[in-house]
Amino acid sequence: MTKASDLASSYELVVIGGGPAGLAAAALAARAGLSTVLFDENPGVGGQIYRAITSSPVKDRAVLGEDYWTGAELAVEAKASGALIVTGATVWSLDPTRLVGISIAGQARLIQADRVIVATGSLERPFPIPGWTLPGVMSAGGAQTALKAQGLVPSGRTVLAGGGPLLWLLAAQILRAGGKLDAILDTTPRVNWLRALAHLPDFVLSPYFSKGLKLLREVRAKVRVIRTDRVEAVGDDRLREVVFGTGDGERRMPADLLLLHQGVVPNVNLAIAAGVTHAWNERQLCFEPVLDGDFTSSVPGIAIAGDGAGIAGGTAAAERGRIAAIAAVRALKPAASAPDVQIIRQKLRREEMGRAFLDWLNRPADSFRQPTGDTIVCRCEEVTARQVRDTADMGCEGPNQMKAFLRCGMGPCQGRLCGLTVTELIAAQRGTTPVEVGYYRLRPPVKPITLAELASLPIAEAERKAVER
Amino acid sequence: MRTADVVIVGGGIHGCSTALHLALRGLRPILIEKDYAGRHASGVNAGGVRQLARDLHEIPLSIASMGLWERIEELVGDDCGFESHGTVLVAETETELASFRARVEDLRLRGFTHEELIDRAELKRLVPAVADHCPGGVVSRRDGAADPFRTTQAFRRRAIEKGAEVLEGVTVTGLSKVGANWRVETSAGPIEAPKVVNAAGAWADRIAAMLGEPVPLTVVAPMLMVTSRVPAFIEPVVILRGRKLSFKQLGNGTVVIGGGHLATSNRDRNETVLDWDKLAISARTVWELFPAMRAATIVRAWAGIEAFMPDGIPVIGPSSTSEGVFHQFGFSTHGFQLGPGTGAMMAELVATGSTNTPIDGLGIERFR
Amino acid sequence: MFKRLAEAGASVAITVDGKQVAARAGDTVAAALIAAGIAHCRTTPVSGAPRAPYCLMGVCFECLVTIDGVGSRQGCLVPVRDGMAVETQTGKREAGR
Ligand SMILES: Cc1cc2nc3c(=O)[nH]c(=O)nc-3n(C[C@H](O)[C@@H](O)[C@H](O)COP(=O)(O)OP(=O)(O)OC[C@H]3O[C@@H](n4cnc5c(N)ncnc54)[C@H](O)[C@@H]3O)c2cc1C
Ligand SMILES: Cc1cc2nc3c(=O)[nH]c(=O)nc-3n(C[C@H](O)[C@H](O)[C@H](O)COP(=O)(O)OP(=O)(O)OC[C@H]3O[C@@H](n4cnc5c(N)ncnc54)[C@H](O)[C@@H]3O)c2cc1C
Ligand code: FES
Repeated sequence: MTKASDLASSYELVVIGGGPAGLAAAALAARAGLSTVLFDENPGVGGQIYRAITSSPVKDRAVLGEDYWTGAELAVEAKASGALIVTGATVWSLDPTRLVGISIAGQARLIQADRVIVATGSLERPFPIPGWTLPGVMSAGGAQTALKAQGLVPSGRTVLAGGGPLLWLLAAQILRAGGKLDAILDTTPRVNWLRALAHLPDFVLSPYFSKGLKLLREVRAKVRVIRTDRVEAVGDDRLREVVFGTGDGERRMPADLLLLHQGVVPNVNLAIAAGVTHAWNERQLCFEPVLDGDFTSSVPGIAIAGDGAGIAGGTAAAERGRIAAIAAVRALKPAASAPDVQIIRQKLRREEMGRAFLDWLNRPADSFRQPTGDTIVCRCEEVTARQVRDTADMGCEGPNQMKAFLRCGMGPCQGRLCGLTVTELIAAQRGTTPVEVGYYRLRPPVKPITLAELASLPIAEAERKAVER
Repeated sequence: MRTADVVIVGGGIHGCSTALHLALRGLRPILIEKDYAGRHASGVNAGGVRQLARDLHEIPLSIASMGLWERIEELVGDDCGFESHGTVLVAETETELASFRARVEDLRLRGFTHEELIDRAELKRLVPAVADHCPGGVVSRRDGAADPFRTTQAFRRRAIEKGAEVLEGVTVTGLSKVGANWRVETSAGPIEAPKVVNAAGAWADRIAAMLGEPVPLTVVAPMLMVTSRVPAFIEPVVILRGRKLSFKQLGNGTVVIGGGHLATSNRDRNETVLDWDKLAISARTVWELFPAMRAATIVRAWAGIEAFMPDGIPVIGPSSTSEGVFHQFGFSTHGFQLGPGTGAMMAELVATGSTNTPIDGLGIERFR
Repeated sequence: MFKRLAEAGASVAITVDGKQVAARAGDTVAAALIAAGIAHCRTTPVSGAPRAPYCLMGVCFECLVTIDGVGSRQGCLVPVRDGMAVETQTGKREAGR
């Protein structure tokens, strides 16, 4: 296990995140001769798609599927490349001078990087429905992580709700693992087809097409799929039932576990805190960093690869990581040999082909993104949709002012589970757009650190002198 | 041409307070703010409302302010989160305590009694969690803390209710004399008014420069950290002298840690970059002073852009070059408490040409 | 709510609020709690509502627990170790005391 004190004070390349983007980037850069360190806060590498790829207890390869197991190669490559790979390492700060604050097992360090590749990936889009804070309601991604990393399968009465490719993938994985699903509540609006159709030809040619169809068929054969435009989790100290709207009224289903998912969005916290300019993506309904063709951001020396650069999936993530790494190699060691970037760009384009169709088709309905009434928006500070809407009506124009009024976004999750909702609610209420409203101004630490950890930072030269004087 | 009785540049606590007090006097001010009211120092400061440890020149303003803080709800229609549990300046050594004693005695001779020396036992009573090595300190019992953004917004709101106009997202770009009036150029067109108040915070030197009145203002960005909610364990605001620290637990349980370590800043881009080596120093100080805080988590840290004057006290009073222009800036990291009283004083000065609150030694001419 | 696939790893003994819980190698603290059927791991400091791990990927902070005396740790990011003492943060504020 690498300790904080084992780290050098600077590296040519620091890669943050050990999913496909980070692993591919670190491997390529280290092989080209850059001194490279990769940090990931999870106990192992793999990121979300290849979670626990080196340690998964799920040995039957059919359960997670062959796409999952392709990640093993990335992990092996990265390890063999000579890059220092540090897991259990939380990056809590990145600033425009590329000083990286990390914490490992309670010890903090500041590391200087010549180049940084942020590969912190995505997270699931907030799914603010009534009752989503009850124990027994989890994100579908959470259940998938429990399956990949610990071999845990839902066992009681389980309902899956939402939409998007990952929902269907998880359903299939649970079923293959011998789990049971009582129902899938499909919340994607049918009208999405209208926008999506124009992109069907590209999709048909993309690798997603046949895989997607197979998956849908596999799941539909075993589980009831019900379309709905309203889902509610009801319970007391935990979930008791799921209530949902049907064409002719409402239905109640007793349930022990409700799994929610409506797509993934870039995990922007670290990049925003580093000062990277972001823009609103209307198709994917999220903020994403503004990047050039090499995935370099508005902050010199900081690139963002993988789904953190905009959602495009795991295979694209790895290609993006490679492109960013090649740019780092070109900048720092122009003479070093690196793969032909044009070939990688071609592969990336192929990967990205089917995306537009999927995005339009799976665009979550307004009602599932812009809640009303007492539905909690900010889980940490327990701020409701009504409070946010009322405060916007009172004249509050942006999320940062909203923070000051309601404390939304000021809890430990730092807006990860409410940021998009708050932005969209303000925009809806004030009749403007998310672009105008903007996002939370985020500052480091992007992950809370204990006072003890901060106090453990090696004492800087200046302070030591001040004490001696 | 848009006109007003007074144009105020800057929507911090000072600009908003002056706007309110001018409106209360029946004048029609227009306040111009380039971002939004409270976006900078006034909205993101530590909220400390202290009379303790102030420079002698500021004490009259500080006392006048305290009177307004104590009836803040009546003044602005919001309690601003103001709570009064005192400020305690903790001595870490006997030598330090001796110097505090000298200061308190000096103040008494001058007729100021708000600072009170306390011994070890009283310190432990007021701040039970403080480490045992501290031999005593000074308390100012009427001091307290408020919510800075809420306060600034409350002043802004009440000013508007009383007839002030507030233009946000509008920048002042020039000042020139046109007859008896000042013509204020803004990104939303010119405004004319006989009087102008420069409350532009860390940008105020630029306004002064438009009048040919250079001031040695430096831009600083003090940093703050806030912890997750912890059980209530401390009521007063605690500050240190020897080592930089200010420390306060809010009603919701979170603890705000500051004390004057600086971030680097770029005022043209509204940008600050935190200095974690310095924040670590604060963390170590808290570690030593409040063992109970060791397991607390830091959930956020930030910095605010603020004007600092070479002598550490603000610039308040008429311009030395330009009749009808008044300065109210340079609060050197402790101007939040002064907001209510300084606004009242400034309104009086602008409206009547003189003021009953002494502001000797604060004028801009001291930098000539 | 969850059951383990037969293939899960070697057992690791931890305590949760003083009671023995059989975790497995490869578990995070949050996963071990879920596997043990522990319905919630904390109550919120705002309203006292019960909460349980939600995302299991380190972003929601619902899994905050006290681990070996250190409060408010993200249980879903910390692997279990033999002898680890976990306390749920029920009825407690976050500093863990
Ligand atoms: C819960 C979830 C499950 C998913 N499952 C699948 C799937 O099964 N199949 C699929 O095709 N796609 C899946 N995706 C989509 C996913 O985004 C993939 O496209 C892919 O994982 C993206 O790769 P990446 O390298 O960009 O980021 P990720 O794989 O997300 O990797 C990012 C890594 O960064 C680390 N990290 C983040 N912040 C910090 C920090 N501050 N300090 C240190 N480390 C940090 C994280 O621990 C993570 O390991 C999933 C997404 C989510 C959110
Ligand atoms: C981190 C921190 C902690 C602090 N803690 C305390 C404390 O505990 N107690 C205390 O008493 N004080 C404290 N202070 C100091 C206090 O916050 C400031 O002294 C006070 O807020 C200054 O108010 P202001 O109105 O002069 O400035 P500001 O709040 O900066 O307002 C000036 C405004 O002018 C605007 N402006 C500038 N130029 C133009 C232009 N050309 N056109 C239009 N608008 C313009 C700016 O956008 C800005 O909003 C702290 C400061 C900081 C940064
Ligand atoms: S369960 Fe979400 S952070 Fe741990």
